[in-house]
Amino acid sequence: MTTLQIVFLIIAAITLVSACLVVMTRKIMHAALWLVLSLMGVAMVYATLQSGFYAVVQVLVYIGAISTLIIFAVMMTRNVMEDVGPQSNRGWGLALVGSLILFAGTSAILLTWDKAQTVLQEIPAVNGENIQMLGLALVDPMGFLIPFEVASVLLLAALVAAIFLTADIKRSRS
Amino acid sequence: MLSNWLYIGIFMVVSLFLPAAAIFIAGLLAPKKPNAIKNATYECGMETVGDSWIQFKAQYYVFALVFLVFDIETVFLFPWAVAYNQMTLFGVLEAIVFILILLGALIYAWRKGALEWH
Amino acid sequence: MTFWSDPDGFLANWLIHLLAGIGIPAGVAQAIGFALGAAILATGSLLFVLFLIWLERKMIGRVQDRLGPNRLGPWGIFQSVADMLKIFTKEYITPSGADKVPYNLSPILTVAAVLMVWAVVPLAITVYGVNLNVGLLYIIAVGSLGEMGILMAGWGSNNKYALLGAFRAAAQLISYEVPMVLSLLIPVMLSGSLSMTQIVVKQDIWYVLYTPLAALIFLITSIAEVGRAPFDLTEAESELVAGFNIEYSGLKFGMFFVADFLHSFTISLLVAVIFLGGWRGPGAETYPLLGFVYLVIKTSLVNSFIIIERASLPRFRIDQMMDFTWKVLTPVILILVVVTALLEKTLVMAGALAWVRTGIMFVVNIAILLIADTVVRRHLARRPRPDVRGKERPVARPENFFSQPGSGA
Repeated sequence: MTTLQIVFLIIAAITLVSACLVVMTRKIMHAALWLVLSLMGVAMVYATLQSGFYAVVQVLVYIGAISTLIIFAVMMTRNVMEDVGPQSNRGWGLALVGSLILFAGTSAILLTWDKAQTVLQEIPAVNGENIQMLGLALVDPMGFLIPFEVASVLLLAALVAAIFLTADIKRSRS
Repeated sequence: MLSNWLYIGIFMVVSLFLPAAAIFIAGLLAPKKPNAIKNATYECGMETVGDSWIQFKAQYYVFALVFLVFDIETVFLFPWAVAYNQMTLFGVLEAIVFILILLGALIYAWRKGALEWH
Repeated sequence: MTFWSDPDGFLANWLIHLLAGIGIPAGVAQAIGFALGAAILATGSLLFVLFLIWLERKMIGRVQDRLGPNRLGPWGIFQSVADMLKIFTKEYITPSGADKVPYNLSPILTVAAVLMVWAVVPLAITVYGVNLNVGLLYIIAVGSLGEMGILMAGWGSNNKYALLGAFRAAAQLISYEVPMVLSLLIPVMLSGSLSMTQIVVKQDIWYVLYTPLAALIFLITSIAEVGRAPFDLTEAESELVAGFNIEYSGLKFGMFFVADFLHSFTISLLVAVIFLGGWRGPGAETYPLLGFVYLVIKTSLVNSFIIIERASLPRFRIDQMMDFTWKVLTPVILILVVVTALLEKTLVMAGALAWVRTGIMFVVNIAILLIADTVVRRHLARRPRPDVRGKERPVARPENFFSQPGSGA
């Protein structure tokens, strides 16, 4: 077992345990904080895969923006303290079987897929800069130009929807 | 490449460890004499009324949403900026369209009063 | 390779050879070297805070026509050492009902988030923690960890003021992050890299000359990110008692203090590296230590500006502060990015020399600044001033000293 594999196992353990705690903890604020740790673990997985850009973007967007948004949303709810009800419903056995089947299926596909890599591949780069290639692909008509422009429209739509919803809250309060 | 991230990882551990160690040492040196009055929530001498974890207004949430939109925008714009020197004028114009759409989003939020702090 | 041409690499080589001599493999030796380097850099910057606190107290003292600390040592320079020894022996008061883990983790996380920035900043041509190819985004990402620290402090303290302060602080941080990140687009466009080392290497002409407006906006938003005056609403004593750190005492409070001073120096360092050419200067390529001296001088100048500005300006109101970032800084920087992208591309295609482009961009930047200033002034002049006088209050003058409102006396 190489050092990288040990590091990966530690990171994976942190990510999975905190992901479980997100749904198991009773205080909703603690769930939000565990979610931050879980997302941090994902960022560290990206770092071990040499994908620095995705690692920092994961921290920037998911921890910096989305977690803040979730915490603000948590503080808008009334019952921030503690949930006392049961944490599972009658269908939990079915859900367990379903998720186990999904896990087994995904593992089987990955194990038999001949393109799956277990050795770290060097990311293609022009003199050490793979971000440059990403930037050029974003504005290349043969590349990702349409998704790039659609993304901005999508962001606009998200903003319009968000403002509409919160304006609605204000109106119903007054 | 990977050794860079090893360094960042070690640096993260060290920079978490140093303040933790300082606080731990200070905890050993410091006196510990807690009492109920001393540990009470500090509100300038008033007694606390009700729960501390109060409900917040939706205003904070709106700002976080607008921020999220702009944060994702910058994530798209940084690779573009890195490749700027290799780009044709056409590539630059595409990014400008992208930015102008988001400027439109900002103006919309502005006109709808989402950026007012009440 | 000698010590004078590459001090960092020289010491690292020496260490690896030393460790190899006692039978430690190169990989482990490298990890030990990394840990030592990180520990030295982080401890050095933490101890440097003692000097910064003294400097700030002394400078603000002079601005306010006082002497500042002047008892311990020459010019009172050992005052912060005494303060540090004292705060080490202070009791921790953990408020009843506090959420223990976030409460205790928060000061550690806040300091760590500031320290981690130092990992990617080049201090001289060969002296840097690591040359990360996404260094600039890394710095912004690490900043968002500090925001988590503040939110955890507010949540963990079990105090309404702390919670309110933390949420205001978080709202301020995210709002000012938008123009800050956008203003960094222009240096990235010019240098074609996100690596801090590359940004310095490509800066044959300081970017502050090329784009003074972006540099100004970066400086303003960075000050807001630190929460310094005039953006120090997070510790508005009059409204929120002390903000998010109200329930902290002893060294736990001290850690927020350390993080604050170190952060203000770190943003000066970032301004110096990104916009003022970093270690660049005559002779800095051959003698890295000379480059380090240049960087220290540039950083100190920016830091002095921040301190004097802190002593000079009154505090914003929260709605003014939010208006300033969303309705002034963000539109201006978006327009500046669009104009810069178009103009730079056209000028390069027309074959203009670097100095010509710099001159044109400087004029354009100043023009945008003046137009924005005029528009904002016109708008403020048109807006009716809110009447905040309200009802009559007793005024502390000798003749109505005992009078009460409504008593008719």
